[in-house]
Amino acid sequence: MKTSRWLPLAVFAALAVLLAAGVWMSRKPDRDALPSPLIGKPAPAFALPVLHEPQRTVTLAALKGQPFLLNVWGSWCVECRVEHPVLTRFAETRRVRVIGYNWKDEPADALRWLEQFGNPFWLVLADVEGRQAIDWGIYGAPETFLVDRDGIIQWKHVGPLTDDIVAKELMPALQAIEGVR
Amino acid sequence: MTPWYLLPEIGQLALILALLVASLQALLPLLGAQRGIAPLMAVARPAAFLQLALVALAFAILSHGFVAQDFSLRYVAGNSNSLLPVVYRYTAVWGAHEGSLLLWALILALWTAAVAQFSRSLPMPVVARVLGVMGVVAVGFLAFLIFTSNPFERLLPAAAEGRDLNPLLQDPGMIIHPPMLYLGYVGFSVPFAFAIASLLEGRIDAQWLRWTRPWTNVAWGFLTLGIALGSWWAYYELGWGGWWFWDPVENASFMPWLAGAALLHSQAATEKRGSFGGWTLLLAIAAFSLSLLGTFLVRSGVLTSVHAFAADPTRGLFVLVFLGIVIGGSLLLYALRAPDADANAKPFAAASRETLLLLNNLLLTTACAMVLLGTLYPLLADALQLGKISVGPPYFALMFLLLMAPLVALLPFGPLTRWQREDLASPLRMLAPWAGLAAIAGIAAFLLAPQGQWKTAIGILGACWVGFGTLRFLWSRLQMHGARLTREMLGMTLAHLGIAVFLVGALLVEGLNQQRELAVKPGQTVELGRHAFRFDGVAETRGPNYIADKGTVQVLRDGRIETTLHPEKRRYAAGGQVMTESGIAPGWLGDAYVALGEPLGGGSWALRVHIKPFVRWIWAGALLMALGGFVTATDRRFRSSRKESA
Repeated sequence: MKTSRWLPLAVFAALAVLLAAGVWMSRKPDRDALPSPLIGKPAPAFALPVLHEPQRTVTLAALKGQPFLLNVWGSWCVECRVEHPVLTRFAETRRVRVIGYNWKDEPADALRWLEQFGNPFWLVLADVEGRQAIDWGIYGAPETFLVDRDGIIQWKHVGPLTDDIVAKELMPALQAIEGVR
Repeated sequence: MTPWYLLPEIGQLALILALLVASLQALLPLLGAQRGIAPLMAVARPAAFLQLALVALAFAILSHGFVAQDFSLRYVAGNSNSLLPVVYRYTAVWGAHEGSLLLWALILALWTAAVAQFSRSLPMPVVARVLGVMGVVAVGFLAFLIFTSNPFERLLPAAAEGRDLNPLLQDPGMIIHPPMLYLGYVGFSVPFAFAIASLLEGRIDAQWLRWTRPWTNVAWGFLTLGIALGSWWAYYELGWGGWWFWDPVENASFMPWLAGAALLHSQAATEKRGSFGGWTLLLAIAAFSLSLLGTFLVRSGVLTSVHAFAADPTRGLFVLVFLGIVIGGSLLLYALRAPDADANAKPFAAASRETLLLLNNLLLTTACAMVLLGTLYPLLADALQLGKISVGPPYFALMFLLLMAPLVALLPFGPLTRWQREDLASPLRMLAPWAGLAAIAGIAAFLLAPQGQWKTAIGILGACWVGFGTLRFLWSRLQMHGARLTREMLGMTLAHLGIAVFLVGALLVEGLNQQRELAVKPGQTVELGRHAFRFDGVAETRGPNYIADKGTVQVLRDGRIETTLHPEKRRYAAGGQVMTESGIAPGWLGDAYVALGEPLGGGSWALRVHIKPFVRWIWAGALLMALGGFVTATDRRFRSSRKESA
């Protein structure tokens, strides 16, 4: 019986280590900014069905010519819901096409999610199995890529977008590629 | 410059003095109780009252800063605005991190003073230890306030205008949600402090335990109210039509609730039969520890959530160290000093109320552990670099169904089963006809439900079973010759009926909910079941600190106009945030719910309409549960403990 009394303390110790790790991770300001080897490189070629019209397939080549913002999301992702109003506000400016990349999701859930919270996307691609996402180096949602008109990835953000990130990072990156034109 | 200008500095001073008083309240009585020095123990009560006076002064001064619009205070400037209506200036005090911590400290001081006032029946060493432990908690929170989250920090030069209170919080439901929640969280510090006192003393006295039971019940009742208010607020303010999202912040308040519910039941068994003494102490520690953990999760920004509070690693670290001292310390004490076996426990057979209470505790604590796991799993995955993972409602819903189904199935047996030993045939005979009736009702629901048949049937079956079984207990109690219905039994009956009512709401709204979202032009009608919603257009209106697009929707039922709803989209002047205000036609059988979406050009708007059957029953059930907790606390047995034991 003696050892069982130490069990609650042991459980709490494990919990405390985990929470300490959480605090440790949140103290690094660049927690989410893993440098992407893809920046400055051409976006990986893909061919994915459109969520709303599964028969239609869209490729990278079809999207080139104008810059676009690719936002990786899933209906199962809480942080995507946090990001959603920010993305919607950005999309409303119509500066650039905002393309949804629905990742590892059931199409029915994804459609319901968009119906419920509103659809900010110009087009939503569905990668149900998540196979093509590997080429993009996607390891979680939400994640956002800015691709220029030549199909080069110019900017990337891991984690939910905030108004601050849109104003201080995305907008300057967008201005830079628009200035090139 | 008026002398009022210096008020915040006085508030600051009051906080520092409160910290000093709390330190004395923590150190001297604990030392006195350990060494048997009466004058040191006598410090506890006056210190508790003085601490309350000082924290209340600081709180009043911060409130004055908001009402008088003193934008030289950083906290006021960040969370208020000259256009903010007066009511919300008061509630803005706890609208963000610093102020809500101050509210936490104030409520802790209130509970401490209440314990000091109403503990005359307890021996002085116990009172000294209980107040001393509460003092330790107060030291932690006051130090956290003063060193990392000072609400009285000045902004020089003063801001000309404030940034405004988060519009989500400019709402009547939000005025009382945090205080209720905190009354619950902090209330668990009383059974916690009592558990520590018992461990220090080395024994559990039935009389002291009886004294803590009403405190646990009241705290749990407030926590129930707080959670229900939060859920209600999310329902009408967020415009999603949902009432529970298994969001980390919601889970943070739900875990202590589950542990508290387990504690209520095990305290009853320990007090009456002497069983599960060590387990009751552990649960009391767990309930308060989970309240602290909830505060940590919400305040440290370690978990991302829709509630999105400020993240600050220093604060996270501070709370973590505090958690380590309080929780780690009390669990260490538990490991060293927990009573070996229930020395005073009366033996019980496998078929007895003790066994049923044990099962209740097992199911509730497992549910609590599952919620904890689901809440922290994304953090674990992140720490182990398995990727960012979001644990969603599918996990929680399934796990909860599996754990709560046996709890609901066993619930009606509890009150009808005797302590110590029961011939199982007796409660079975009493309940069998009602089980049959509940089954018939469930089958009828299955056949009649137009959709979501399983959820509807399970909801009706569970609700009828719990409802009938509880009423059967009430009936047999009233029939019994010479037996009276104590407040404790009445409270239990109310809370269990609350569960039946809640089951109706939670499962029927899941099963029978109907919703449509579509683009409508003024004059068009949306059909949904027997209801029709006629969209009469959108007009711009002005509120005190926002401009709104106010829609007009006529709700028709069977062709007749039932009511008119005005869903709004508000754009707040100071921050530019857009908020949805849903239009809701409430009803006992269901709500008609309308939320305004985006303008789609050409005069058409996205409109989301829901029919939410029985949704009010969710909160009505929670109200009954809370009421049950409060009624139980008024039982005369808890008050006359001195006479009985003498």
